[in-house]
Amino acid sequence: MTTDVIEQDSHDEHHYDHKMTGIKRWLYTTNHKDIGTLYLWFAFIMFLTGGALAMVIRAELFQPGLQIVEPDFFNQLTTVHGLVMVFGAIMPAFTGFANWMLPMMLGAPDMALPRMNNWSFWILPFAFAILLGSFFMESGAPNFGWTFYAPLSTTYSNGSTAFFVFAVHIMGISSIMGAINIVVTIMNMRAPGMTYMKMPLFVWTFFITAYLLIAVMPVLAGVVTMLLTDTYFGTSFFDAAGGGDPVMFQHIFWFFGHPEVYIMILPAFGIVSTTIPAFSRKRLFGYSSMVYATSSIALLSFIVWAHHMFTTGMPLFGELFFMYCTMLIAVPTGVKVFNWVATMWRGSLTFETPMLFSIAFVILFTIGGFSGLMLAMTPVDFQYHDTYFVVAHFHYVLVTGSLFSLYAGAYFWLPKWTGHMYNDTLSKWHFWCSLISVNLLFFPMHFLGLAGMPRRIPDYALQFADFNKWVSIGGFAFGLSQLIFLAVVIKCIRGGEKAPAKPWDGAIGLEWTVASPAPYHTFSTPPSQQDIDNADQHEH
Amino acid sequence: MTNKEYESYYVPSQSHWPIVGAVALFMIAFGAANYVTDLSNETSGYGGYLLLAGIALVIYMLVGWFSDVISESLTGKYSHQMDNSFRQGMSWFIFSEVMFFAAFFGALLYLRVFSVPWLGGAGNNVSTGAVLWPDFVAQWPLLTTPDGTTTTAMGWFGLPLINTVLLLTSSITAHFAHSALIKNNRGPLKVWLGLTIVLGLAFMFFQVQEYAHGYSEEMRLFLDSGVYGNTFYLLTGFHGMHVTLGCIMLIVMWFRVLKGHFTPENHFAFQAASWYWHFVDVVWVMLFVFVYIL
Repeated sequence: MTTDVIEQDSHDEHHYDHKMTGIKRWLYTTNHKDIGTLYLWFAFIMFLTGGALAMVIRAELFQPGLQIVEPDFFNQLTTVHGLVMVFGAIMPAFTGFANWMLPMMLGAPDMALPRMNNWSFWILPFAFAILLGSFFMESGAPNFGWTFYAPLSTTYSNGSTAFFVFAVHIMGISSIMGAINIVVTIMNMRAPGMTYMKMPLFVWTFFITAYLLIAVMPVLAGVVTMLLTDTYFGTSFFDAAGGGDPVMFQHIFWFFGHPEVYIMILPAFGIVSTTIPAFSRKRLFGYSSMVYATSSIALLSFIVWAHHMFTTGMPLFGELFFMYCTMLIAVPTGVKVFNWVATMWRGSLTFETPMLFSIAFVILFTIGGFSGLMLAMTPVDFQYHDTYFVVAHFHYVLVTGSLFSLYAGAYFWLPKWTGHMYNDTLSKWHFWCSLISVNLLFFPMHFLGLAGMPRRIPDYALQFADFNKWVSIGGFAFGLSQLIFLAVVIKCIRGGEKAPAKPWDGAIGLEWTVASPAPYHTFSTPPSQQDIDNADQHEH
Repeated sequence: MTNKEYESYYVPSQSHWPIVGAVALFMIAFGAANYVTDLSNETSGYGGYLLLAGIALVIYMLVGWFSDVISESLTGKYSHQMDNSFRQGMSWFIFSEVMFFAAFFGALLYLRVFSVPWLGGAGNNVSTGAVLWPDFVAQWPLLTTPDGTTTTAMGWFGLPLINTVLLLTSSITAHFAHSALIKNNRGPLKVWLGLTIVLGLAFMFFQVQEYAHGYSEEMRLFLDSGVYGNTFYLLTGFHGMHVTLGCIMLIVMWFRVLKGHFTPENHFAFQAASWYWHFVDVVWVMLFVFVYIL
């Protein structure tokens, strides 16, 4: 059934206006593919922006002493780097994938609420205009860390708190609307016959992620509101003099913050659970256990938040409770890693670029998971807390985890999005350069942290100099390697080998039953049960 | 399943309302940030005007956007499935609102159970109390803060109790209005819905009275009167904003009823407004228990 491309119902098109051209197409669009493209480009631009900030950070840390930036500006760089990467790059990139793929995977004509979909995207550039614009304001950009702990962001704020708070508010509105759209699309727009347990695992992970977003983004809105009133209106939520407690800030923040971490990794699980079976030419091992494992991780994420604050003051019972709960997460996560490996076991593997990124994901994410386990142990964390070990840990899960999965997914679906195959040689260069440089960048950070180098400092003691030099070299190399990806994407949009409807022989799912590039409107009438069943089978 | 008649799902054509909304939110956020910053620096700027313009633009956007949706609905473009999308969307929106209030209720709980007692030396914090705030007595409501700010507590009897009765009654009248709509009794529908709005407005009136009372020299219950005043005003304030929004929704529904909109089968907007109204009612009950009584 390689050429079994479902005819698009062209007389159904009277529902839609024809595709507008020029800027209006992108400003007014209600099309999930257009909006997905907007999200993906926005995320990539933010990724390069956040990356540029990181390059300055690494240049300053190349050798001890202060040479390029002032300490206060250094703090602004680390803060905005974190905020841009979390809220501007990783999260919108996943929302872009959701927009592009969910309707096609579910056999739906579009997202459930298409106009709101457009709104959720277009809020983002404005939110980041405010955030990045604060670099050019009198106050300077936020300098209190992406976690904006009180009292750094209240009593000792440089005056950027209001801009930060309102930028986060509208970002949150965007995320919540995007998440509601995802949930409603999945609950309400599945083609007849596609039951929950027949949905691709990709869909499941976005489903659960969207629930997490709806549950915790409002809590973030709440905590930044308290921050605002503490800073500007004399309240004392986080000030002991009025009966409050700065530690309460951390509790509320991390009640948002820990699920937020899984918001950035669960969709990554969904992507590699799609690519690994495709290039192993086997079904995903343990589909239902994957669904339950993802759900368990999501539920556990609500009761582990205080493992971020073992050293900031908690009753002993709290320390133990949060330590044990955190360790529990290793169980469902282990199930997942086991299932990916079991999917590859005795499969007929090939190593196209999406698969290379997926395998690198499994190995390197697992390293990040193990360092997470080390950090989960309260007494051990007393040594690691606020050191480069933590920086190494979360960059392994976010860069070689989330980002690598995004690359795997991007290479996997680029033929579907653009109608062309990407340049294979360049993509391999991108992979190998990234793989080597990213490990040079982040692996030595473990040693730096264990040796006691604190995070978020512009200068350091001499004994850390050698590792920092190599880390910086890895950082520059990794940053440059990402430009290869930009080249690949631009080349792929402009031309290249024509992609068939299904360029990967092991791929399954409804998105491969439509032509490449995917027509502007797909599944205006839902696919039949037969189509769904056929798309769900491997060829052999 | 496969032989079921398929109703096509309405995917709207391009719309300029979302981008208008995005610009409006930008003006609100940027304007408010400038306004607040100017306020604290005691400088003057354009922030307040930008904020107001943003609010005006968001109202313009909502009116335009909803007009489009209403006319699409009246011209029969919406299928049953579309109706479900709206319903589910509204339910999850209300859930997100619940979580927003949860953050503030969580803060209230933490302050009462942990932070205030710890400041008074509870748990293993004896030295905190003895060294930092030797005269501080942990109590709730926190009438004297560690730095010596004093205030008085708002009792539950009187205005808050009246307001509770008003809101609970309005939830019942909203339900009667919905039942009347389902039975297609347009007369009672108008009366019950109108009564709900009146009760809501009365609630808001009394809430303003209560704030005026709190801000008097006699009570000295201010936003910055320590964590008791903080939680009191933020929780009741956000609730009041939601009541205002709910009232506006109900008023719009009332005018739509007058225009003959809604049928017993098809009345999502009415349903959504009424869900929202029940939600603000439940939040008030929680407030009444945790902020006023306990």
